Amino acid sequence: MTPAPVDDARWLFKNKGMPQAAIEIENLSKEYPHGFLHLKKKKSLEDLTMRVEDGEVFGFLGPNGAGKSTTIKLLMRLIFPTAGSARILGKSIDDVAMHGSVGYLPEQPYFYDYLTAHELLDYFARFHRLTASDRSARVTAMLKKVGLETTKKIQLRKYSKGMLQRVGLAQAILHDPQVVVLDEPMSGLDPLGRREVRDIILELKGEGRTVLFSTHVLSDAEMLCDRVGVLVGGKLRGIGAPGELVDMKAQGMEILFELSGAAGNLALLEKATRTGERYRVQLPEAELYTALDALKAAGARILSVTQIKPTLEEYFMHLVETDRAQASAVEVSGK
Amino acid sequence: MRNVPTVAANTFREAVRDRVLYNLVFFALLMMGAAILVGQISIGIEQDVIVSLGLSAISMIGIFIAVFLGVALVSRETDKRTLYALLAKPVKRWEFLLGKFFGLVMTLTVNTAAMAAGLYVALWSVKHPLVKSDAFLLVAVYLILLKLALIVALALLFSCFTTPFLAILFTAGIYVTGLFAADLRSIKAVDLDPRALRLMQGISYLLPNFQNFNVMSAVVHGRGVPAAIVWQATLYAILYIAIVLTGAAFVFSRRNLK
Repeated sequence: MTPAPVDDARWLFKNKGMPQAAIEIENLSKEYPHGFLHLKKKKSLEDLTMRVEDGEVFGFLGPNGAGKSTTIKLLMRLIFPTAGSARILGKSIDDVAMHGSVGYLPEQPYFYDYLTAHELLDYFARFHRLTASDRSARVTAMLKKVGLETTKKIQLRKYSKGMLQRVGLAQAILHDPQVVVLDEPMSGLDPLGRREVRDIILELKGEGRTVLFSTHVLSDAEMLCDRVGVLVGGKLRGIGAPGELVDMKAQGMEILFELSGAAGNLALLEKATRTGERYRVQLPEAELYTALDALKAAGARILSVTQIKPTLEEYFMHLVETDRAQASAVEVSGK
Repeated sequence: MRNVPTVAANTFREAVRDRVLYNLVFFALLMMGAAILVGQISIGIEQDVIVSLGLSAISMIGIFIAVFLGVALVSRETDKRTLYALLAKPVKRWEFLLGKFFGLVMTLTVNTAAMAAGLYVALWSVKHPLVKSDAFLLVAVYLILLKLALIVALALLFSCFTTPFLAILFTAGIYVTGLFAADLRSIKAVDLDPRALRLMQGISYLLPNFQNFNVMSAVVHGRGVPAAIVWQATLYAILYIAIVLTGAAFVFSRRNLK
């Protein structure tokens, strides 16, 4: 597959007057040949156009095979687009020099296991034209940052998955990159490891860097991202701030209360779920005060009253289910 | 181009840590065994036996390493995906390939030099002192090294576009047919269709002629190797390797990684 040419003049003309984004993707598509004779084509990514602004934390969401890793690999030039183009910090992704300002953590990273963490980072640092003293200082600082100082002399073949992920993060930010691209950075990590990665991402954001990462963990995306993009079936189905994407209007109210002894004929209990002496009930907002009065009269202790809002997960699941329904409808009509 | 030595040094380090140089123990045992055996059944051909056996072992062990490690240079990196983080650095794909090539050639040079030293020790043990004509051994070793570099380049090319198994098969196949390249060129088959003959001869000129690097019979009998042969073989190897590596870089720079 020959790399798709980048038409710089066309790009500049189209984006004239717009502030430069950290990552600009235009009509990026990727097809893979498959079948015995490679005559059939499978679309992994379809006509993706989006921007990641400077200093933004952007999350790529999507189920397996949605095109998240494909997009990231295209940006890193590990695979070549069938059509479209992309630029990072104003430079075409065809330009190898672009990698000097970009850090990348592959999905489920695997490094040269005959090297120690220190040797690996020193090896990678050599590609960034750092002086020997700078290299040594950066490698030491990164090992400290990811908590691998004490194990830096151990060969990577003896590292756990979580430790490898930390080495991966260290090599991605070793050269002080402006843009950091992380493919499933929380994958395979325990809660402590996930928290550490989250802290590093927030630290990078605090330093004004742009972070693009893909994840399955929607709560992480909600917590970390300024904006998210949802990819389903190789197509971008939604993009925006997590709060914008989901309908912020409350869908109802939830009351958590305790009720000991006889509850009498409290109608509310029929709709409630019970755990010991605690009850949880969901009802329309209009019925809230009537319900609270009834609970007060029955001697219940109100523990909390919260609004029910759709989560990013529900939005995500809605998109995935819609896509599956459409796909099966096409399949049925095709038959 | 500045990245090539960095990748080469790491490739050499990988070979050392993966205990590739342990083959030297096998070679040392072989030479010791041969020296003892030849000393017992000596009928005035100690030198011939030791030199023939030594050079053949250097060549065979080298070919084994060149084919198997040559194929693994790229395929192991793509299979294990160690390449991903590296290619996301400011490294051109051809720099990576060239670094890998020189790293393995460096490994083979150290390995071959150590085996050559072992061969001299074995030779000294059966007929000391060594004489001036024994220095011709170094010419044979040098030409073996050129041959190995060419095999590494071929293995690298094939591993850029096919599976490791097929790459090993293709490299070994090219080596074996390349040994007979000169015979194919001079074949005079009476009952063969002239067009088929021309095609066969044409193909034979495309194949690397590995006999260019074989001076074993001259060296075994203590005869010198003309300088012209050494120069021609050197130029031939450099040119062929350059063409093969250019092809490998062309293929690899367009390859979608898994």
